[in-house]
Amino acid sequence: MIEVKDLVKKYGDHVAVDHLSFHLKPGKIYGFLGPNGAGKSTTMNIMTGYLGATEGQVFIDGYDILKEPEQAKKCIGYLPEIPPLYTDMTVMEYLEFAAELKRIPGNEREKQIKKVIELTKLEMVSQRLIRNLSKGYKQRVGLAQALLGFPDIIILDEPTVGLDPKQIIEIRELIRSLSEKHTVILSSHILAEVREVCDYILIISNGKLVASDTPDNLEQVMHGTESLEIESTGSMEQTEHILQEMGCAENIQVKVQKDKTVYARFDAKGGEDIREKVFLAFAENQCPLVMLKTTKASLEDVFMELTQGDSAETRKCEGVQRDSVKIQGKERDTDDSDL
Amino acid sequence: MTAIYKRELKSYFQSVTGCVFVAFLVAFTGIYFTAYNLTYGYPYFSYTLSGSLIVFIVGIPLITMKSFAEERKNKTDQLLLTAPVSLTKLVLGKYMAMVTVVAIPNLIFCLFPLIIKANGTAYLKVDYISIGIFFLLGCVYVAIGMFMSAQTESQIIAFISTFGVLLVLYLWNGLMEFLPSSAEGCLMGMIAILSAIVFYIYRMMQNWLVGALLEAASVIGCVIVYFVDSTRYENLLTNLLGKLALDDVFSSVTNNSIVDIGGIFLYLSLIAVFVFLTVQAIQKRRWS
Repeated sequence: MIEVKDLVKKYGDHVAVDHLSFHLKPGKIYGFLGPNGAGKSTTMNIMTGYLGATEGQVFIDGYDILKEPEQAKKCIGYLPEIPPLYTDMTVMEYLEFAAELKRIPGNEREKQIKKVIELTKLEMVSQRLIRNLSKGYKQRVGLAQALLGFPDIIILDEPTVGLDPKQIIEIRELIRSLSEKHTVILSSHILAEVREVCDYILIISNGKLVASDTPDNLEQVMHGTESLEIESTGSMEQTEHILQEMGCAENIQVKVQKDKTVYARFDAKGGEDIREKVFLAFAENQCPLVMLKTTKASLEDVFMELTQGDSAETRKCEGVQRDSVKIQGKERDTDDSDL
Repeated sequence: MTAIYKRELKSYFQSVTGCVFVAFLVAFTGIYFTAYNLTYGYPYFSYTLSGSLIVFIVGIPLITMKSFAEERKNKTDQLLLTAPVSLTKLVLGKYMAMVTVVAIPNLIFCLFPLIIKANGTAYLKVDYISIGIFFLLGCVYVAIGMFMSAQTESQIIAFISTFGVLLVLYLWNGLMEFLPSSAEGCLMGMIAILSAIVFYIYRMMQNWLVGALLEAASVIGCVIVYFVDSTRYENLLTNLLGKLALDDVFSSVTNNSIVDIGGIFLYLSLIAVFVFLTVQAIQKRRWS
């Protein structure tokens, strides 16, 4: 169990973490999500006792990390952003050192090292110098180190950076399996990863907690209404005109795509199902529709909206947008969902 | 603590640093030994050792420079500082590893007096005491170097600053002659020294009120003492700072066969002070 109370960290005048409070329950996977410089790493560094906090408290299994660091640190395994590896050691030597450092009793050390090597699939490289390993393997050695001692809480700062797709899937599976016995906290700015792995998401922006919920809830809360997306072969003006004439579409965004078709995205007023109306309206005007579908707000939308503040607001309010640059974000969404 | 000690010691001999230091010191002393003791037949090994002191000044920064600067640069300090080990134990583990590296050439030196004895008269007591003090002096240098390394991320800066400090200590007696001996001059000097200490305390505590109060107290104190009894200030700087002439303790053994017990206490307390300051420097970095 982790409790963070009113955490503040200042670097000179810059406030990196701004009155952050949350409470994490055991046995779940938590995702810290936020843009670069949001304060994810700083928060993790404070939680693990690497940095001191300007204000506030962090309790790890009831121990205050700032006042009883040795007790609290025993409950944590930490993989920082850059794995803390001694490159002049072999993987085996490094893990032996880490095990001794973590005060794992001598008779258990060998067994545990064997187990973490197995979990992180390091058998092949265990006798090699860390210096000569690839980035993916280095990351896994760092992860193995964090797992040593199998502490209650495992904190991973961007654990899949530098791994190839196969390794990413393996690591995700490993993280999932760990959550049976441990609380796992991971940070990432890759939304798909957080969406897939985490039970609960904490979105951090400018050092503040802006949202915390399950991925599904976050998507639902942010966009109660579903959006409609269409593609037509008529002209841009015609498409826009038909939509406006219908009177039940709002937040209309239109643009011409590379293949000359016109793409439009809009919300239904009052959240009704207006798919039939749209179809009929276009048919009436002899403007062929080549695609019509509903889209849910993706986690990416939620993330952009929560972390970008003002710029996201303006984008939403502009309604009809002829400027295709401004809706590029949306365009990417659609491409993803088409896949 | 033992985990860190073992790792550090191993790493000194896996990288060339430790080997270079030992080889350099032993080779240099060996050349002196051949010249003074074997060729000219001078029976004191301690005299040879005093010539090796300059090697210490170059060699010790070589060992200490990476102790904390490298950890910080490679971010491996994140592993150490998030492990359930207290900071003091961590610093002591590293310190003991470096002391062990310094001890190795000194153990080899213990053979040299025996070689002299095999060829004639030897003064074993003086020789072994001087090796012991030489080793202690090395420990003081290591503590200073470790403190310097904890200040920076760059090994080069750690090396140069440690080298600079050790060089100033080496030339200490010569520098003392430039200090003023008049009461006024010493008053200014005292205020300058106290201000420097207060500034350091201020930097560590980041509390300007405490800093200002301490500064005011020290300046007023110095001035009051000056007006009450200005003769106290005469030669004060030379007397006070002269006590910090570390190499004197060593050279009194090598030149005059006099063991300065006070000097040994000075060494031990300086070691404690610098180990403490290293811990504080790392703590400060965590909180700032």
